[in-house]
Amino acid sequence: MNRIKAAVRPHIDNFMKYRFLLKELVNKNIKLQYRNSVLGIFWTFLQPLLTMIVLSFVFMNVFGRGNSKTGNYPVYLLCGRLLFQFYTTATKRAMTSIRRQSSMIKKVYVPKYIYPLSAVLSSFVTFLISLSVLVVVILYFNLRGKEPVAVTWRVVYTIIPILITLVLSLGVGMILATVSVFFKDVENLYDVFCLLLFYLTPIVYHPSRLNFVEGSMQLRILKLNPLYGIVGMFRAAVIWGHEFSQNWDTVLMYYTAAFAVVMLIIGFWLFYRNQDKFILHI
Amino acid sequence: MGKYAIEADHVSMRFNINKEGVDNAKEYFIRMVKRDLHYVEFWALKDVSFKLKKGDRMGVLGFNGAGKSTLLKTIAGVLKPTQGSVHTEGIIAPMLELGAGFDSNYSGRENVFLYAATMGFSRKFIQEKYDEIVEFSELGDFINAPIKSYSSGMRSRLGFAIATSVKPEVLILDEVLSVGDAAFRAKSEKRLESLMGDGVTVLYVSHSTGNVERICNKAIILTQGQLVANGDSADVCELYRRMVNNK
Repeated sequence: MNRIKAAVRPHIDNFMKYRFLLKELVNKNIKLQYRNSVLGIFWTFLQPLLTMIVLSFVFMNVFGRGNSKTGNYPVYLLCGRLLFQFYTTATKRAMTSIRRQSSMIKKVYVPKYIYPLSAVLSSFVTFLISLSVLVVVILYFNLRGKEPVAVTWRVVYTIIPILITLVLSLGVGMILATVSVFFKDVENLYDVFCLLLFYLTPIVYHPSRLNFVEGSMQLRILKLNPLYGIVGMFRAAVIWGHEFSQNWDTVLMYYTAAFAVVMLIIGFWLFYRNQDKFILHI
Repeated sequence: MGKYAIEADHVSMRFNINKEGVDNAKEYFIRMVKRDLHYVEFWALKDVSFKLKKGDRMGVLGFNGAGKSTLLKTIAGVLKPTQGSVHTEGIIAPMLELGAGFDSNYSGRENVFLYAATMGFSRKFIQEKYDEIVEFSELGDFINAPIKSYSSGMRSRLGFAIATSVKPEVLILDEVLSVGDAAFRAKSEKRLESLMGDGVTVLYVSHSTGNVERICNKAIILTQGQLVANGDSADVCELYRRMVNNK
């Protein structure tokens, strides 16, 4: 026990020393994102809102009508989009974080995991701000009385998919950050991957619309994608709080949580093994 | 421990210089399969050892490419030595090139806090020093302009002002006294002297033996990565002058 303590202690001390830097870097990422833009932070609201309007306009009649199970389609869409956007922004920012900060890495000693960590955390803050769009959109529909969304106390369960996404993004982000230092191709590859992931994740459609038989190979493959479970849980907590137990998939929750933790372990392991070589390649 | 601010123990640094510059995955794997990955080994530092007591000021002399900057980078913790180890005590203010840790899209003001945070100082702590830093850097209203609009002199002045205001325990100076005009240089040297009075440990890289003799009490000479002389600055500088003349 004491040996574990002795091994962990310097890492904690080091983290405490650089906690101010972490805060500064998170601040910096958020501030610089919208610097010199007229609407500034409002883009955090506008971006998901505009995408929601356009995607609803296009896909409403295909995926949102009749017995489609989506309920209020714009809200259904927004729930999926917000989490997906958080995941992709966080991982992409983390991926490029080492090379973007190369001038700093070359000159000052700083524990290097600070860079991907601050990238993920700044995306997390942006995500939390953008959640207010969801609140506004739900309020809008409920006030209009058309297709109201009955939000219940189950909404507190959203914290589970959100935390899982945070851990997953950090793990995947650290893997990508490490690999992209050595092979820049990964950045292009990951862009394509994210595009495909968008279609593989039930964001614009409800999984039942795919007409896969329950327990079929196709559906199982689809569920391997951790974002499948994540958006499902998020929607269950926000939209289907009144029939929560039918919609909340506990098995998928354990699966996605385990997936995220494994990614985090691989991410840190890979990062620590290679971090001393970063400087030779950036 | 405790007595020495910097201990370099048999430090060697090897770089693999890639002849072809393979930087994409496809080529890497093709070459790996064909066993065609050629590297040229280059030892920037070879078995360098020295100890520096707290409060000592050591000049690092050597011709271009002798490994001076590599040595400073290993001491600053930026590079991890291939062999051997480096121990340092206290807060290091690295000024390998002044302006390290600046973000060019950030204003001077914001960079003050960022730069200080890389040394582990909180926003609150720097807030107290802020006016002093701005005044010393002579930036005036430019402090609110983005760093990318700064001249190199302005950047250096700001970097020097921050790094010396926080009273670090180890200062790493790489030819910094050559920046700025004569008045600023005089001011910087005065500030350095007052820091030395407080017992700061200094590593100073320069080509000017005059500066080294004036500032440092110890000095070393590096030649092709190897430590060839280590001693009092006056003796070592004398030796270095002879080396320059014989070259």
